[in-house]
Amino acid sequence: MDILKKLEKEKLTGRGGADFPTHLKWKIVNKAKDKDKYVICNVSEGEPDVEKDRFVLENYQKEMVSGIKIAIDFLEAKEGFIYLRNDYYSKFSLQLKYWISDYPIKLVREEAGYIGGEETALIEFLEGKRAEPRVRPPFPPTCGLFGKPTLINNAETFYCVDLINRGIFKHTRLYTINGDVENPGVYGLDEDVTVKDALKETKNLPKRKFFVQVGGGAAGEVLGKNQLNVKVCGSGAIIVYDARKTDIKSLLKKWIEFFMKESCGKCVPCREGIFRIYELLQKPNTDLKLISDIVYSLEQSSFCGLGRGCALSISSLFVNVLRKSKAGEVIL
Amino acid sequence: MQNLKLRKLKITINGKKYQGSPGKTILEVCQENDIFIPTLCYHPDLEVKANCRVCVVEVKGRNKLCTACSTEIEDGMEVLTDSEKVEKVRKINLELIFAAHVEKCPTCVRDGECLLQDLMRAYEEKGIYKVRSNRFEDRKKTWPNFQFGPSIFFDSSKCIDCGNCVEVCDKVQKIKFLEVEGKGYRTRILPSSSKMRECIYCGQCAVHCPVGAIQEQSSIDDVKRAILDRKKIVIAQIAPSIRVSIGEDFGMSYGKVVTEKVYAALRMLGFDKVFDVNLGADFTTVVEAEELAERLQKGKDLPMLTSCCPAWVRYLEFYFPWYISHLTTARSPHIHLGGVIKTYYAEKEKIDPENLVVISIMPCTAKKFEICREELKVNNMQVVDYVLTNREFASMLRERKIDLKKVKGEKADNPLGVYSGAGAIYGASGGVMESALRTVYEKITRKTLLRLDFKNVRGVKGIKEATVKIGKKALKVAVANGIKNAKEILDRLHKDPKLYDYIEVMACPGGCIGGGGQPIPVTKEIRKKRAQALYTIDSRLKVRKAHENPIVKKVFKEFLDRNKKLAHEILHTTYQRAEKQKDYTSYL
Ligand code: SF4
Ligand code: FES
Repeated sequence: MDILKKLEKEKLTGRGGADFPTHLKWKIVNKAKDKDKYVICNVSEGEPDVEKDRFVLENYQKEMVSGIKIAIDFLEAKEGFIYLRNDYYSKFSLQLKYWISDYPIKLVREEAGYIGGEETALIEFLEGKRAEPRVRPPFPPTCGLFGKPTLINNAETFYCVDLINRGIFKHTRLYTINGDVENPGVYGLDEDVTVKDALKETKNLPKRKFFVQVGGGAAGEVLGKNQLNVKVCGSGAIIVYDARKTDIKSLLKKWIEFFMKESCGKCVPCREGIFRIYELLQKPNTDLKLISDIVYSLEQSSFCGLGRGCALSISSLFVNVLRKSKAGEVIL
Repeated sequence: MQNLKLRKLKITINGKKYQGSPGKTILEVCQENDIFIPTLCYHPDLEVKANCRVCVVEVKGRNKLCTACSTEIEDGMEVLTDSEKVEKVRKINLELIFAAHVEKCPTCVRDGECLLQDLMRAYEEKGIYKVRSNRFEDRKKTWPNFQFGPSIFFDSSKCIDCGNCVEVCDKVQKIKFLEVEGKGYRTRILPSSSKMRECIYCGQCAVHCPVGAIQEQSSIDDVKRAILDRKKIVIAQIAPSIRVSIGEDFGMSYGKVVTEKVYAALRMLGFDKVFDVNLGADFTTVVEAEELAERLQKGKDLPMLTSCCPAWVRYLEFYFPWYISHLTTARSPHIHLGGVIKTYYAEKEKIDPENLVVISIMPCTAKKFEICREELKVNNMQVVDYVLTNREFASMLRERKIDLKKVKGEKADNPLGVYSGAGAIYGASGGVMESALRTVYEKITRKTLLRLDFKNVRGVKGIKEATVKIGKKALKVAVANGIKNAKEILDRLHKDPKLYDYIEVMACPGGCIGGGGQPIPVTKEIRKKRAQALYTIDSRLKVRKAHENPIVKKVFKEFLDRNKKLAHEILHTTYQRAEKQKDYTSYL
């Protein structure tokens, strides 16, 4: 059985956050007629409170590189790239080179920031351009780096590829659990685990009033205490907030400052909207209605996932956690 | 494959059924069917960037809004262009854009001709979710201005970051002078600090700016002052391509010829005399053809390069100075006529040339730079005092509430308003070449040229080539339509220096009719219509060869041929290596 069939059989989905079936991506790149193809391993891990890719680098470097090699061999790709977050590059590049050995795999140090997690922005950066997302379609598997078919997968995905190839994949997934918990850390749990079970199994279920953010410490969705029977999605992070200790405005500010720093500046809702939310948050009587309007535009019309992520965290916080006035408007 | 192309997709827009070809975007289909969708960053000359997000529409089955400019149609697609959701998001985005654009409408050349202003007005009244231009505070109040030579003025506090200017400079012109720096809300557009990059003043950035952030440096105030000055006799001369485009700014169709209305409107603005640069172009053709014949005979400095486009001259002087000797020494049409006005005409009318103010109405921003060149002075006088772009001219008319459409046409003043068809087509890419060929043919062969149309050098292709039999000689000519094609031609020349004998270059796509000073918008279709109008003017004229223009003959006979030294000063020029500007920041 070739690797493509194995991936399909094991129903592996991308571990970067989008949960896209991995074998489909591979299939498209494989089918493409071009002579030159590329493979990219994304280790940009820019989201606050997510540490699972570092965990892969610390513990499963060999497996991850082997996964990339499997892809290169299978697709007969011309070249591979490992795009590493700045500090990961400094820390792991020598070791990585050892595992890469004589394979045509280049290590690239991240400079693009969080937006580099967006596939097409990452490609633009690798081409030496400004890291801004591209208009899609075309999608990278048909037209990616230098216009050639390109496979981009996350570090953990390549790690799983290696496990699947060796027939020892256990359908687990890496979860980062962080925030106001007893036992923070990265855990390997069932790939379909619910938020509640993940917290329980790791002895992290708080006793006091709390809410969680799932998927990342900035773009993740906020869920109330009674909404935890859902699968952990996105990049597999769960951040727990102690409801009494957490100052909502500071939390909003923290997110917005992150997005304001990381927005590439290409599209209006993200470039201008996030800046305006920041501005509104500086004022004593923050106009939450106006923030909701901007968030709506971010959700509906931002160019890429960065703006939508910002909308998701804020709007889910508003809907799932904040109190409402009689008129139905949220209050801080 | 064929069938696929012909197949039409069925789509529903706002409940009505339409058809569109595969590969078309929602925006294109809407435009074909006169359904309005607001756009700011979209420009048919450029790649779709989809960053302004005001063209959003709702597509059934998709949970997020889609940008009409970047979303291709699919069979069975159902689109809503004005739903409540669309309206809300569109308006928020407009408000956000507004807050990144410090409105200086009363002093802006684009006042009344601005996409953003139009949208604001359209959405201020309409609908449930009213747009307020002051919902947020202007965030760019303290942002600086930049000046590129005496031609371009970039007020970064008006910039809405659509990136059109950067893209046109990079991809269409391949000059790469404008750069994007920083990210997020700190994103800014800046002139390149690289020593290898310099602005050529073509103004393509200005014609592709949806607002008035990057524009010409205005000479309107200087011109008004001159008009008010009783001592001065103020003369306007209009470039070949003005007459086929300015009508657009007054609701007339693309390519409408309004020559006589323009003459009359200029008088209404207070100009004392109105002359026509078409005549200047005939002088240029005669001088240039003579030089070409001479170089061909001597085999020296071939291929000869045209020089009437000042952005192209600057390009060569900065990027390829080693080709300078190939440029024709002939001056450009409005400089020729300016020289004739300040000498021949002044003498004839017994006017002290110091009291003459010559103002050229031009499709061009680079001409503002050209008139300042020291080499072009005659008797130590600047021959053209100011250049107004076509947009500035239109804005002066709007300010005075002169509706060009209603103006009754008048003739140009004597004697410098008489022109041939050859002069008329100077405004289209290939026009200079064609005019020169008509004259050089007769000059060399001493036979009458019967077929006047050189169709090979006309049209919108990037590089046009032709071999023209002139007597025994097969003259190899090429036309670069747009500056990026000039680079391509120079690269070819580098490999084979004998590839061509004569080359025309126009820095702007389409030539002057697509110039950086022209009314906005300008697209491929519009350029075609403007050019077509010029060829129609030519075809209807009796005199279609520059050297047969009676006024050209007369001025040579009565004046230029008698003052050889002065004539040389009026007709020829020199060039020199150009330096990069030291600092682009403007302290105005
Ligand atoms: S004038 Fe021409 S060269 Fe100069 S910045 Fe504008 S587009 Fe670029
Ligand atoms: S016109 Fe479509 S996003 Fe700007």
